[in-house]
Amino acid sequence: MRDDGVVSDWDGRPSSAGDRGAPALSVEHLSKRFGDRIAFDDVSFEVGHGEVFGFLGPNGAGKTTMVRTLGTLLSPSAGSACISGTPLSPEHGVEIRRRISIMPESPGLYLRLSVTENLECFADLYEAPDSNDRIGRALRAVNLADRAHDACGALSKGLRQRVALARALLSDPEVLFLDEPTSGLDPAAARDVHGLIAALGRSGVTIFLTTHRLEEAERLCDRVAILNTTLRTIGRPDELREQLFARTLTVRTLVPLLDPGRVFGGLPAVDGWRQDGPAAYVLAVSESAVAAPAVTRALVAAGADVLSIGESHHSLEDVYLELIDEDNEAGSRSA
Amino acid sequence: MSRTRVRAIFRKELREYRRNGSIVSTMVIFPLIFLIQPLVLVLSLPASVSVPLSHRHLLLYMLAIPAIVPATLAAYAVVGERQQGTLEPVLTTPIRREELLLGKALASFVPSVAISLAVYAFFLACVELFARPAVASALMRGPELLAQLLFTPLLAGWSIWVGIAISARSSDVRVAQQLSMLASLPSVAVTSLIAFDGIHVTLGLALGFAAALLLLDGLGWRIVSATFDRERLITGTR
Repeated sequence: MRDDGVVSDWDGRPSSAGDRGAPALSVEHLSKRFGDRIAFDDVSFEVGHGEVFGFLGPNGAGKTTMVRTLGTLLSPSAGSACISGTPLSPEHGVEIRRRISIMPESPGLYLRLSVTENLECFADLYEAPDSNDRIGRALRAVNLADRAHDACGALSKGLRQRVALARALLSDPEVLFLDEPTSGLDPAAARDVHGLIAALGRSGVTIFLTTHRLEEAERLCDRVAILNTTLRTIGRPDELREQLFARTLTVRTLVPLLDPGRVFGGLPAVDGWRQDGPAAYVLAVSESAVAAPAVTRALVAAGADVLSIGESHHSLEDVYLELIDEDNEAGSRSA
Repeated sequence: MSRTRVRAIFRKELREYRRNGSIVSTMVIFPLIFLIQPLVLVLSLPASVSVPLSHRHLLLYMLAIPAIVPATLAAYAVVGERQQGTLEPVLTTPIRREELLLGKALASFVPSVAISLAVYAFFLACVELFARPAVASALMRGPELLAQLLFTPLLAGWSIWVGIAISARSSDVRVAQQLSMLASLPSVAVTSLIAFDGIHVTLGLALGFAAALLLLDGLGWRIVSATFDRERLITGTR
């Protein structure tokens, strides 16, 4: 545990080994409808054991409904899923809920009860052996041992969120669903929660994280999926960036080049260029390591005063916005 | 069926009741209303009314307490959790709906029956100590005491399952409590009719009532469990 209050360690282990050969989560063509309204449609993906998997999407994309469906709170309208090797079906509901833990967006604590009383209730609901030890361990993990006897109603929103996380850890889940775990938290409280998620990921817990915070997903997740009713894309954040955006070099000079077409034309590994401001140029390149020295030499030969030459970086946010904008444009065209 | 999970819900509910002023006042006010008015009446009765009193079953009037108090408690059980956002975390645990409902029903049953019997015992003690001896001996008869002991838990059980059924279909605590109060009125009407000789009770009829209530209590648990719909409670749809 660090002195700054950042949770940094979790010594729990997933409760029971499912079929380790099979993915922790396997979803095939899963759909959920509420009458005519489609929450999500034809979604397929797999999550490996010990993976931190980000599930991103705008409001109303179906993220929370997906968590509730995989958590057996809602029945799917079509498709199938396996959670820790157990098929998602009403008769396996209890077995699945024993192996997973869900932290909903709203902490949902009994505000009149103390932190310990809340956790005691849930430890018993999971029939956790050594419940006192587990409660102590979970409270230490979220750095709340000194608030154990405080009424939950007296805690700040950030602390309540930490209690909800402690509650989710009581059963040593194989798969932990975190639905917007940092929603509404200030940066310091969000940092605490990030610390715990990272520690959980290191300890081998499979984490399914829904979030709006793209920098959170980029920092914490091994892979991300972007959902907007249908699954738009899935992969590692860097893979997604490469899939969606061409590699580019950005060049800045002190004054505009007299003839940029002559400077950049015909250089090795440079596929094209465009002006991006009075003295800035974006070059599409096939290989930065080949293009950058050639561009530098060409600029020097042209007598340009070079301020900077750098590879352009696209964030996960760029990927996300690109995909969601495509959906919005497609929606407005069909309307 | 897991006793640990039923006990977890039972214990949590009792802890919440203790710290919820509106629930505590509900548990106190109704019994007081049903205690004070008949107590004042009985203590002021002259000895001359002891003969007609001995042919009536006035004390059964107090069976209204186990009919009304648990109904208001049970009405809070599901919709209360839904309103404070605590139902979803509970439903994500391995608890079965039968266990959840049994835990909640027991948490309404135990304090309601305890309060009903305590109020009844207090009433009898006051009658014994302060009423005219002829009135006291006319009121306190073995069969009526037995009827009170038998019907208090049976009526409470029935009121609880009706209250929980209403709670699971409601979206507002107050509406659920008002509907549950209304639903408990038929039980109150029957006990009042018996108390004031509107219905003449024989041993066979009393045993028939008891058997019917026992059956309804058992059926109530099964029916309410079968109609407990996680999806509707979580999303408000269907």
